[in-house]
Amino acid sequence: MSTQLILFFILAVIAILSAIGMLVSKNSVYSAMFLVLNFVTIAVLFLLLNAPFIAMVQVTIYAGAIMVLFLFVIMLLGTDMAAEGISMPWQPPIAILLSGALILEFAFILFFAQQDVLPQIEAISAAFGSPQSIGKLLFNFYLLPFEVTSVLLLVAMVGAIILAQRETG
Amino acid sequence: MIPLSWYLILAASIFCIGLYGVLARRNAIAILMGIELMLNAVNINLVAFWRYLTPSIINGQVFAIIVFAVAASEVAVGLALIISIYRRKTTVAVEEINLMKW
Repeated sequence: MSTQLILFFILAVIAILSAIGMLVSKNSVYSAMFLVLNFVTIAVLFLLLNAPFIAMVQVTIYAGAIMVLFLFVIMLLGTDMAAEGISMPWQPPIAILLSGALILEFAFILFFAQQDVLPQIEAISAAFGSPQSIGKLLFNFYLLPFEVTSVLLLVAMVGAIILAQRETG
Repeated sequence: MIPLSWYLILAASIFCIGLYGVLARRNAIAILMGIELMLNAVNINLVAFWRYLTPSIINGQVFAIIVFAVAASEVAVGLALIISIYRRKTTVAVEEINLMKW
């Protein structure tokens, strides 16, 4: 057992447990905190996969900005304990059935249906996956998707402002 | 070395937990959190496939960054919708939001 393997197991267990904790906690604030833990764990997984830039972006955007937005809305609306209980009794069994079926499909494909041996990974240089190289690719080859993404962010910003503003007159 | 399929099965488990959250929770904010979890699982897959299959080109990381941007805008619009609905109906329970149902 190498160190990476042990680290991967610890991270995987924390990620899955925090995701389950997010589901079972009744209080929305606790859910959001479990989600932050999950995102930070996944950021460490990205570091394990030699993607330091993605890991930092994960921490700043997901665990930082998005979760602050969630907590802000939860506390603004005061709905942290709201919407408890289940109104439709058939809903959780069907949800368990459907998500269980999906994970069985994934497991079947991964462990049985897929026959070819996955390639052994080679070591890559430390500078690889650095912000410079990603920026170069983003501004040359992926310029159009990048610009479309910026338009998408602008539209989302305008839409959020319009939707959340109080109607006057 | 960690096999690629372990990363994939971890991402699949997180995706399914998120899917369960989306399907079974009543709180609209919790549903959005489930969607975030699913997007994150997709990101694990993207980065893992990049690392194991095409490590010489950084496309996987670029896709992951675009998924981040999409997730951020989705959360902004979704939470604005929830705030707007809460103003009208004073609830975030999804089965009580039936304005468009006939």
